[in-house]
Amino acid sequence: MTDTATTQAAATPTPKIRRAATHFDANPAKAGWITKSVLIVLCALWLIPLIGTLITSFRTTDAAANTGWWSVIVHPSTLSSLTLQNYKTALGGTTDMGQAFVNSLAITLPATFIPILFASFAAYAFTFTEFRGREFLFLAIVSMLVVPNYVAFIPILKLYKIVGLSGTFPSVWLFHIAFGMSLAIYILRNYMSTLPKTVIESAKMDGASHYQTFYRLVLPMSVPALASFAIFQFLWVWNDLLVALVFIGPGSNQPVTVALTELKGQLGQGWELTTAGGFVTMILPVIVFLALQRFFIRGLTAGAVKG
Amino acid sequence: MLAKALTALLTVVAGIGAALLLYWVLNWISERLPDNWEHRIKPYLFILPAFLGITVYILYPAILTVINSFKDNFSRNWVGLTNYRTLFDSTYFRGTLFNTLLWILIVPAACVIMGLTVAVLADRLSPRGEKAAKTVIFLPMAVSLVGAATVWRFIYDSEPKGSTQIGLLNALLSIFHKGPVAWLDTSTYHLNSLLLMVILLWIQVGFSMVLLSAAVKGVPVDTLEAARIDGASERQIFALVVIPQIRGTIITVFITVTITVMKIFDIVYVTTGGNFNTDVLGNQFWTQISTFFNYGAASAIVVIFMIAVIPIMWYQVRHFRSEEAA
Repeated sequence: MTDTATTQAAATPTPKIRRAATHFDANPAKAGWITKSVLIVLCALWLIPLIGTLITSFRTTDAAANTGWWSVIVHPSTLSSLTLQNYKTALGGTTDMGQAFVNSLAITLPATFIPILFASFAAYAFTFTEFRGREFLFLAIVSMLVVPNYVAFIPILKLYKIVGLSGTFPSVWLFHIAFGMSLAIYILRNYMSTLPKTVIESAKMDGASHYQTFYRLVLPMSVPALASFAIFQFLWVWNDLLVALVFIGPGSNQPVTVALTELKGQLGQGWELTTAGGFVTMILPVIVFLALQRFFIRGLTAGAVKG
Repeated sequence: MLAKALTALLTVVAGIGAALLLYWVLNWISERLPDNWEHRIKPYLFILPAFLGITVYILYPAILTVINSFKDNFSRNWVGLTNYRTLFDSTYFRGTLFNTLLWILIVPAACVIMGLTVAVLADRLSPRGEKAAKTVIFLPMAVSLVGAATVWRFIYDSEPKGSTQIGLLNALLSIFHKGPVAWLDTSTYHLNSLLLMVILLWIQVGFSMVLLSAAVKGVPVDTLEAARIDGASERQIFALVVIPQIRGTIITVFITVTITVMKIFDIVYVTTGGNFNTDVLGNQFWTQISTFFNYGAASAIVVIFMIAVIPIMWYQVRHFRSEEAA
C-alpha cells in the first residue's frame, strides 16, 4: 500500500508530493549504484564492531582468547560451540548485573523525568511571558552548555559529605538533573517558539491561567521536543560511567556501567564475559531509541532547523 | 533483591513526587499574591528551580575552580600564577594541549562532512532503505563509552608476533604477512590519537546526520528546480544552492560537536589512559586530581579550558541571536 503510493508520487511530475530532496541524477527517485555501494560499505563498517562483539558474547573463554570472532563465520562448523553461559555468568555471578540493571533504572528515571518538568516550566516562562532580564538569563543558561561536568566533582563531593548524600541514588540523579538542564531548556524553548502564538493568546483571552495554558496547551503540543530530550538524557545518564563512579562507586548501589568495568577488572575473566555484560547494558537504550526515534528527530530538528 | 528493588522504586517515586510538589507549592504561593504581583513574580517562580540547580551544580563549582586555580594543591595558600607557569613549562602538558587541538580541528569537521554525505546519499534511497541506513549509522549513539571501548578492542587489539591475532586490523595485516602493529601504542604521526577519534566519530556521526538530513529535506524544491532550468549541474546545485540554505544547521552541528570534543575525556580514559602521547585536557584534569592529588593544577587546567571555550561561546550566542532575528 505504502509502496504503490510512493511510486506514484515519484512518477508524477509534481515535486511537491514527493519530499523535498536534493538529487543528482535525472530520475530523483532512484539512487545509482555508486550511492548504494557507498552507503552499504559505510553501514557495514558501522556494524562490524557491533557484530564482532555480539558473536564474541556467545563464545567460550578459550575460543575468544585464541581465535578471532570471524572464525565462527569462516568455519561454520564451530557454530555448535556457541553458548549462553556468558550471559548466565554475567547476570547471576558475583558482579550482579541484574541488580545493577535495577539500580540504573532507579538513577535514570528521576534523572530523565525531573529535568523535563523543570525545563518545560522554565522554557514556557522564557517563551510566553515577559519579564525583566529574560534574554540575559536565557543566554546565561545557553552558555552553561560549555561547562564540562567534571568541574563540579570535587566541590559537589564536599557538599554531599556535609549534607550526607554520598553513595545514594539521589546524589547521582541530582547531578544529572542540573547538567541536563541547559540542554533541556535550550531544546524546549526552541521548539516552543515555533508553536502558534495565536492559540496561546486566545487561551489567555478566554481567561486561562498560566498553569492551565501550560498543562492543557503547551505541554501536549511540545511532545516531540519533550521526547527528543528524554531520549538524549536517558541515553546520557544510562551510559554515564564517570558521575556514577565518583558519587556511588562499586558496591550494592552500582549502575550497569560501573558493574561492567568491574567485570572487566575481575581476575581470570576473559573478553567474552565483558561482551555479554556489554550487551546487557546496551539492550534498554537501543530499544528506547528505536521505539522513540520518530519523535527524536522531529523534536530535535524543529528548533535547530529553520523553516 | 526484591527489597532493594522496592527501595529503588521508593526513591524514584519520592524524588519525582517532591519535584511535582515543589511546583504545586510555588503556584500556591503566587496565587496568594495580589494580582499585579502575581503576573510579575510568576515567570521568575517558573524558572527558579532550574536556576537553583544550575547555580549549585555548575556556577558555584565553576567559580570555586577559578579561585582554587590560584591556590596550592590542597587549596590552602595562595600561590599566584604558579600552577599555570608549571603547566605551560612542562612539555607533557604542551603535548596534551596539542592533542586536544588536533581533536578540535579534526573531529567536528569530519563529523559534519560524514553526516552530510550520509544524509544526502540516503535521501536518494527508497524510504525504507533510507530508514534502515540511518538507523544503522545512528545506532552507536545508544552505546556507552565503556561499551564502545569493549567493542573497539576487537578492532584494535594486538597480540605478540607469531600468535593468532584476534583484533581485526592486525588479522587483516597478517594475511599479507605484515605486522602486528600495536595500534594504540603507536604515536607516530599521532596515529593512536586518530584511531581514538574514529571511535568518537563512530558514535557522533549519527547525530550530525539526523540534523543535517532534516535541513537538506527542508530546502525548497522550487529553488532547486530554478537552478536546474538555468542549466546548473547537480554538483553546482549542491554547492551553490543547497549548502548556503543549510548553513545555519551546519554551524549548529559544528558548534555542538566542538563542545563535545573539547570536553572529551571518557574515550581516552578507558582506552589508553592518556599514555603513548594521547592525553587530552579532560583526562589530564582527572589525572591531576586522582593520581597527583593536585587540586590547584587541576583547577588551572579547567580555567584554561574555559578561556579557550569563550570564543566558541561568543560565536554561539551571536549565531543564536541571528537565528532569532531571522
